[in-house]
Amino acid sequence: MYRDALWLRAHIVRAIRSFFWDRGFLEVETPLLIPANAPEEYINPISALPWQLQTSPELCMKRLICRGHKQLFQISHCWRAEERGVSHLSEFTMLEWYRADSDYLALMKDCEDLLRHVAATCLVESPVFSYKANKIDPFSPWLKISVQEAFLKFSNTCVWDCLNRGVYEDILTEIVEPKLASFSVPIFLTDYPAELAALSRLKPGQTELAERFELYLGGLELANGFSELNDPAEQRLRFETANRLRIRDSRCPLPLPERFLSELGAMPPSAGIAMGVDRLVMLAAGKDAIDGVVAFTPEQL
Amino acid sequence: MYTVADLKKGLKITLDGDPYLVVAFDFVKPGKGQALYRTKMRNMINGTLLDRTYRSGETFDSANLEERQMEYLYKEGTHYTFMDQATYEQVVMEEATLGDAKNFLLENLKVDVMLFGEKPIGVSLPNFVNLRVSETEQWAKGDTSGNDSKPATVETGYVLRVPPFIEAGELIVIDTRNGEYSTRVKG
Repeated sequence: MYRDALWLRAHIVRAIRSFFWDRGFLEVETPLLIPANAPEEYINPISALPWQLQTSPELCMKRLICRGHKQLFQISHCWRAEERGVSHLSEFTMLEWYRADSDYLALMKDCEDLLRHVAATCLVESPVFSYKANKIDPFSPWLKISVQEAFLKFSNTCVWDCLNRGVYEDILTEIVEPKLASFSVPIFLTDYPAELAALSRLKPGQTELAERFELYLGGLELANGFSELNDPAEQRLRFETANRLRIRDSRCPLPLPERFLSELGAMPPSAGIAMGVDRLVMLAAGKDAIDGVVAFTPEQL
Repeated sequence: MYTVADLKKGLKITLDGDPYLVVAFDFVKPGKGQALYRTKMRNMINGTLLDRTYRSGETFDSANLEERQMEYLYKEGTHYTFMDQATYEQVVMEEATLGDAKNFLLENLKVDVMLFGEKPIGVSLPNFVNLRVSETEQWAKGDTSGNDSKPATVETGYVLRVPPFIEAGELIVIDTRNGEYSTRVKG
């Protein structure tokens, strides 16, 4: 149906745009070169002295929500140093969208609607996604499982125990994610431990959990969404904690985004999500490597 | 010294005192989590495969490997002797260490010997070597059986498939990368 993956990619990007335009979202372009990203323990920005390339458009988009915008989306390039693998590129394309007066549950509904729209308009003959020989049908009911349930059920371990022992990533990627691959429908991992919630709101009445989820298709992580933290003091503490952990691991602490922190108090309860566009194209094209869906990889430049 | 950022297929590092070649590598990083660098490595001395996962911040020593051009002298039992013609230094390698390279070693052949410290751990051959056919069936002219190749033994004892027109005593060119017949040396 498409001559190559770049044609499919272009159709998907157009479908994403029409999806959000039809729902009254404002498409924005925020600067890619910024003085400070949100400091996170394991995300390293690429510096473009004296500033940095964005690792995500998150901070600028939230500042627009603070100014009173209600529904925003953006498709933009993001850069993360030293990330290159079968499903990682140091420069990649991210879709982010934000909803004011909303929470993470609404974003999960958006994900369902968006992926069904993309499948219906771009994969007309066979509207299913595929990854590593697994077919994922977006039109069947989607599944939802909390991170703790998934760890208990699939690996017989407690996620907090794994975090304390420093093996969270190992158990997640070696045991839990391969199990998620066996589901033939999209699946949400929800309610992450508060330790893994750099910018998300904690669950009211259950502060050991964050209102954060990740969307998996065929075991491939496609999107990360959450109810936004809008308490500037708490946010500053989390940034400072991230920087302390970076120093502990002998990595450079990162500058704090002071403008963002000074405006955050004006943000209504909101929710935002980041989805990897390259990975969405991988799933639609049935490509197992991100190399197959971009015009050029860094190695080809 | 290497860091995890240097990891890629083909990198040679030292681990527990042995040289290893990275044969497969993958970078994984769950959302907001730390990066894992999964590698599969082959021990360059005994060939065993090893799976190791590294995290950012970890470092490795490069493998202290040196390639030196030497000449193959002779074989005694399963021991093969090579000599550096500049220093007259000799090294001895076991047949098992040589692997398939032993099939193409003819006296006075110049090869690159890979040394790990002082220890020889392998040789790289020229891509093509000329070897004389010592034994092969005669080609029956007009054979219409459709066989487009026949077995032949060359002077090192190696057996390979050659075209039917090759005769015993002829010099042939063999591609050492796949061990296959390449062409006939004319004249």
